[in-house]
Amino acid sequence: MENNKYLREEILRMSGVNTSKCMKCGKCSATCPAYDEMEYHPHQFVGMVEMGDIEPLLKSESLYKCLSCFACVERCPRGVEPAKVVEAVRLVAVRRQGANRMTANDVPETIEEDTPQQLLVSAFRKYTK
Amino acid sequence: MQRVGVFVCWCGSNIAGTVDVQAVSEALKNEPGVVYSANYQYMCSQAGQEMIKAAVKEHRLTGIVVCSCSPRMHEATFRKTAAAAGLNPYMVEIANIREQCSWVHKDMMTGTEKAIILGKAAIAKVNLNAPLTPGESPVTKRALVIGGGIAGIQTALDIADAGFPVDIVEKQPTIGGKMAQLDKTFPTLDCAACILTPKMVDVAQNEKIRIFSYSEVTDVHGFVGNFDVKIKKKARYVKEDICTGCGACVEKCPMKKVPNEFNLGMDNRHAIYIPFAQAVPKVATIDPNACNMLKNGKCGVCAKVCAAGAIDYKQKDEIIEEKYGAIVVATGFNPISMDKFDEFAYSQSKDVITSLEFERLTNAAGPSAGKLLRPSDGKHPHTIVFVQCVGSRCAACAEKGKEYCSKICCMYTAKHAMLTRDKYPDTEVYVFYIDARTPGKNFDEFYRRAVEEYGVKYIKGMVGKVVPEGDKLKVQASDLIANKQLHIDADLVVLAAAIEPDKSARPLATMLTASMDTNDFFTEAHPKLRPVESPTAGVFLSGACQGPKDIPETVSQAGAAASKVIGLLAKDKLTGNPCVASSNELMCNGCSTCERVCPYGAITYIDKEFRMPDRTTKIRRVAVVNPAVCQGCGACTVACPSGAMDLNGFKNSQIMAEVDAICK
Repeated sequence: MENNKYLREEILRMSGVNTSKCMKCGKCSATCPAYDEMEYHPHQFVGMVEMGDIEPLLKSESLYKCLSCFACVERCPRGVEPAKVVEAVRLVAVRRQGANRMTANDVPETIEEDTPQQLLVSAFRKYTK
Repeated sequence: MQRVGVFVCWCGSNIAGTVDVQAVSEALKNEPGVVYSANYQYMCSQAGQEMIKAAVKEHRLTGIVVCSCSPRMHEATFRKTAAAAGLNPYMVEIANIREQCSWVHKDMMTGTEKAIILGKAAIAKVNLNAPLTPGESPVTKRALVIGGGIAGIQTALDIADAGFPVDIVEKQPTIGGKMAQLDKTFPTLDCAACILTPKMVDVAQNEKIRIFSYSEVTDVHGFVGNFDVKIKKKARYVKEDICTGCGACVEKCPMKKVPNEFNLGMDNRHAIYIPFAQAVPKVATIDPNACNMLKNGKCGVCAKVCAAGAIDYKQKDEIIEEKYGAIVVATGFNPISMDKFDEFAYSQSKDVITSLEFERLTNAAGPSAGKLLRPSDGKHPHTIVFVQCVGSRCAACAEKGKEYCSKICCMYTAKHAMLTRDKYPDTEVYVFYIDARTPGKNFDEFYRRAVEEYGVKYIKGMVGKVVPEGDKLKVQASDLIANKQLHIDADLVVLAAAIEPDKSARPLATMLTASMDTNDFFTEAHPKLRPVESPTAGVFLSGACQGPKDIPETVSQAGAAASKVIGLLAKDKLTGNPCVASSNELMCNGCSTCERVCPYGAITYIDKEFRMPDRTTKIRRVAVVNPAVCQGCGACTVACPSGAMDLNGFKNSQIMAEVDAICK
């Protein structure tokens, strides 16, 4: 629990989000285009971080299903910015030793002819330390 | 030299919790002029006041300093105590050691230190106090009600019932307001028109009430009991006293394509129109922006068909000047604009409507004669999605929504959902809610009936987006209990738009010098104990202009405002405030600066003859303050370059003595 308290503060600090502003309306999840891909949905990220229940999030594939489209940030009536919470949890995960989602060796097989370079750069930013 | 008594209040633990009251009364004992210093648990209690009276007698006090709560709270109490003890009430000074000290400090040391400093300042001031005697002013026994919705109507009826004349100013061509547009009213489902229109007729027939419809207040001067108000009666191009409201002109008017604001633009009206059948006054009005005769002099059909000869194309705006003793603000509310909520596709689809539009769609007198039909194709909708809190409780961006809860939406949405299921049982009705807020008599029972008896599907969650596709509206929403994202093909989406004060409220507040909050709702004098009075004396609040309210609450507040007005108008004389400005004419250089800054128009300049040292006379221009109009704001004393203006009770010398005491 102590560890969770530290983790929670770390995530709030990194994301700059105040999760207590959430009024649990669910508009973030209502607006999310990746909803069906995700095990934990945007509103759950906010709620679980607020409660310090972070380990399940760190282990979840949902971290990598978020498109970072920021629709939830745009629509949230309370200015909570759920995507920033997801991003911070993801950062905690990839910063753990050996937890990189992607290595340089994985890159060639993912490249298609029309893959923009920008995509590679952002994928590296998103999935590695 | 004054003989000052200092009384430090504990206010239970409110003050004593963070201020060492014993130390404060000890420290203030040795201040100049102080002959007595004590502390007590509740100075405002009977026992506390007796303690002050006894000390005045025993120590022959000439001035009193009470270190307690804000003067807004108990200054009047302690002034009365002083008067009862034989002192001039204006020999009392309050040091606010609660709101401005104990409540804002956490640490006993700093709290006590500041309380002592505030006490010293009050002592320094009271040493320079002089007895003041308030003047008296008469009361004009007539009330003005601004706004003719249910709030204004009820207030006017109650005031008139007590025998005082009342004028209602309404900017629309008819009274009735928002309630006239509603279909049914929760929780008893009586029809709005059936309970409102008899009241409108009562207003029209009451000899004590005058209605200025299609009119606006343009100027307010004066003060409590003596307001001078200018009302602009806009030209309606129809003689109100002659028109019989037969409607022949409306039928024959060739200009038929003007969006009908009463039906929120969902159908059209003529250029000459009567807003609805039960309008009061039932008089036609010509819309100057649509009428061909007024725009380019061609037509004149209405004048030809009018048997009474009531049409007057040359009518001009008229300014009416009237005196009032009290003013009631009842300017009401409007739903906010949905233009900025792109996610709900309000501006993309005719079938995304607001709840007020839904009211008109289901109203027998509405554009579809009470049949619930889709605005786009006139078909019966089979799946309806209601979205609550659209723009309410929206703290993220101020230009889009409102931070507050609009209070009425939960109940009217339950009503809409229930009535739809009752009339059209083949319709699926979904309500997306964040919290169902139904505190009120028989309110929660009503909402539960919608769910349990009428089968309305309440879903805890919010709609994320609405996309028009073909003749359907694709609704994407979250169901937080099932932890699912829902996709519903809806025929009609109804948005419970947040409500905001009418746009006319802010300029009106400026005219009345009445205060407003950041959302443009009028502020009450005290949120709990004086909820229907504005802090500006003689101005009262009725209905949604003070905050979101449903009809039962509005009517009770309207009655409360009326009783306050009656209490004021029943008085023959009002005691004024003696803390007004006065000018030392020997120092006044006649520059007119004070006249320009005075927000109340209390200062005028006169030419006065003065005897000069060489025995000649000279005429000089000097400022004179009308003490009945002056509100004691002090703007002139700050602006005066020669130091001739001074405020009784707050003399420049007293303020400087306070500053010196604080800085010592």
